[in-house]
Amino acid sequence: MKQSYLKVLTNEKLTANVCKMTLMGDVSAIERPGQFVNIAIDGLFLRRPISVCDVEDNVLTIIYKVVGKGTEKMSYMKGGEILDILTGLGNGYFTDLSGEKPLLVGGGVGVPPMYKLCKELIKEGKEPTVILGFNTKSEVFYENEFKALGVTVFVTTVDGSYGIKGFVTDAIKEVGEYTYLYTCGPEPMLKALYNAVTTSGQFSFEERMGCGFGACMGCSCKTKYGNKRICKDGPVLVKEEIIW
Amino acid sequence: MVNTSVSLCGVKLKNPVVPASGTFGFGYEFSDIYDINILGAISIKGTTKEPRFGNPTPRIAECTSGLINSVGLQNPGIHAVIEKEIPRLREVYSNPIISNISGFSIDEYVYCCEKINEVKDVDIIEVNVSCPNVHNGGMSFGTLPENVEAVTKAVKKVTTKPVFIKLTPNVTDITSIAKACEQGGADGISLINTCQGLRLDLNKRKPIIANKIGGFSGRAVFPIALRMVWQVYEAVKLPIMGIGGVATAEDVVEMMMAGATAVQVGAENLVNPYACSDIINSLPSVMEKYKIKDLNEIIGVAHQ
Ligand SMILES: Cc1cc2nc3c(=O)[nH]c(=O)nc-3n(C[C@H](O)[C@H](O)[C@H](O)COP(=O)(O)OP(=O)(O)OC[C@H]3O[C@@H](n4cnc5c(N)ncnc54)[C@H](O)[C@@H]3O)c2cc1C
Ligand SMILES: Cc1cc2nc3c(=O)[nH]c(=O)nc-3n(C[C@H](O)[C@H](O)[C@H](O)COP(=O)(O)O)c2cc1C
Ligand code: FES
Repeated sequence: MKQSYLKVLTNEKLTANVCKMTLMGDVSAIERPGQFVNIAIDGLFLRRPISVCDVEDNVLTIIYKVVGKGTEKMSYMKGGEILDILTGLGNGYFTDLSGEKPLLVGGGVGVPPMYKLCKELIKEGKEPTVILGFNTKSEVFYENEFKALGVTVFVTTVDGSYGIKGFVTDAIKEVGEYTYLYTCGPEPMLKALYNAVTTSGQFSFEERMGCGFGACMGCSCKTKYGNKRICKDGPVLVKEEIIW
Repeated sequence: MVNTSVSLCGVKLKNPVVPASGTFGFGYEFSDIYDINILGAISIKGTTKEPRFGNPTPRIAECTSGLINSVGLQNPGIHAVIEKEIPRLREVYSNPIISNISGFSIDEYVYCCEKINEVKDVDIIEVNVSCPNVHNGGMSFGTLPENVEAVTKAVKKVTTKPVFIKLTPNVTDITSIAKACEQGGADGISLINTCQGLRLDLNKRKPIIANKIGGFSGRAVFPIALRMVWQVYEAVKLPIMGIGGVATAEDVVEMMMAGATAVQVGAENLVNPYACSDIINSLPSVMEKYKIKDLNEIIGVAHQ
């Protein structure tokens, strides 16, 4: 973990309420895809945890949905602001277990961490397939960014207004063979995937956090491998340890 | 040169800044972030006889200038704390350790205090009496003077190390509780623990915290904590560790002027992991600004 002061470079809307922000500065503490950062926002007591979407050189990309006070304040930033951010938090995804053909599934704002993960897996010579799940066409983002990486991308919408109609699990049968699962998204989606996939996998969870770096026990969960802190021992848990 | 060192019942602290129980893990976690040997002392996570998972999540709700927590005393149990956590802290830290003890019955307090008293690495025992008493309909020990006195007497009987009783602010008259500690033979008083609080999720029309009501702390409670330290200083002769909303070196000075000998920093560590380090670094210049040569001069000075 490192406290960094990052400068907002860009902040743009991807959909009506999802924004993409790029920030510049010391991001050397970020070691793995699936880790997160914890952002201090003027006037609010707690920091806001947001996943790493991408990190290259000294530029961090995050994608966030405007849901409350903190993300609303972030959405008004124009660039040039300096933000106090704790970087390199959480365990992140481990790529060594992926096999040749990993399946990456992101739902809603669970999509962003899949991006850096996808890039890393490609770099390691693997052939990821990506499923992106949304409620409706107007909420879809990052399909083209994933396609630009040269991977096969399936998009699902619950109402069928775009791509495959239904849930991410409805796209799995289109995928063919896969060796491992990586996923992030709302808990009902994680649970459905847990029951649907035949391989092992890594699942990223959310919890309300006090500190985000393991000091307060605010974010604990029970696993088959003992009690874990989502912020420090997670947010990524392996399939075998999850207790629903 | 200014003097920042203070003494708590003969235990010397190089400065009065102490991370508060529950907000600093078992201490060693912070040694990756800064050299924790700059700290006056560390109060480690509240410990019970058996391991506890604590309360269901969500356990955290944000408030204006603070947060509500309902961790529910998650800890690995007294034996693991003695065998694993304290030795692990000792590897990276050589200043005083304050062991924070919780219990749900007098027997449990006695059991834990007796065990922790044998640990040579522990310098002070801090007994958290904010826990619900299972033998009394779950009402907190700390809300009735007779219960506080009973716990104090019982743990004093089995201990030789200094015992600080940590008080809950959720009482009608803090001075009567403080006097009960003194009656029971306590060596000092820590206050305050968290104030009961509640936040609702407007979308769900329900409490944010799974356990509904939790403990409110952070910057917002500083005036309440300061007032209680003030009152307790006037009511008893025991040394006081002032806790609640402390976030700056100025807050430390203010707490001490109200009567605290040492000061604990809680919630601020969670949002600024360097909080204690920042406070310690700015303490000398703040002392100079207020013409304080020795912190011992200002303990309770506002009462004169
Ligand atoms: C490890 C992790 C990674 C995340 N990554 C992303 C991401 O990449 N993109 C994204 O859009 N969102 C992400 N989230 C969710 C994001 O943290 C919340 O949406 C955000 O904190 C809401 O803040 P707010 O001030 O707008 O909402 P408010 O409701 O005003 O926030 C009040 C409090 O509740 C907390 N809170 C509210 N919703 C959540 C939630 N879902 N999870 C955890 N805490 C919450 C806030 O942090 C704050 O402390 C992530 C959460 C976690 C735990
Ligand atoms: C997440 C959290 C966990 C806590 N756990 C304990 C505990 O185990 N034992 C205890 O005596 N106090 C505990 N406290 C109370 C703090 O030690 C402190 O008394 C209180 O939070 C007031 O200080 P603050 O305003 O600086 O946070 C906890 C507080 C927080 C925020
Ligand atoms: S949020 Fe504090 S331990 Fe996870």
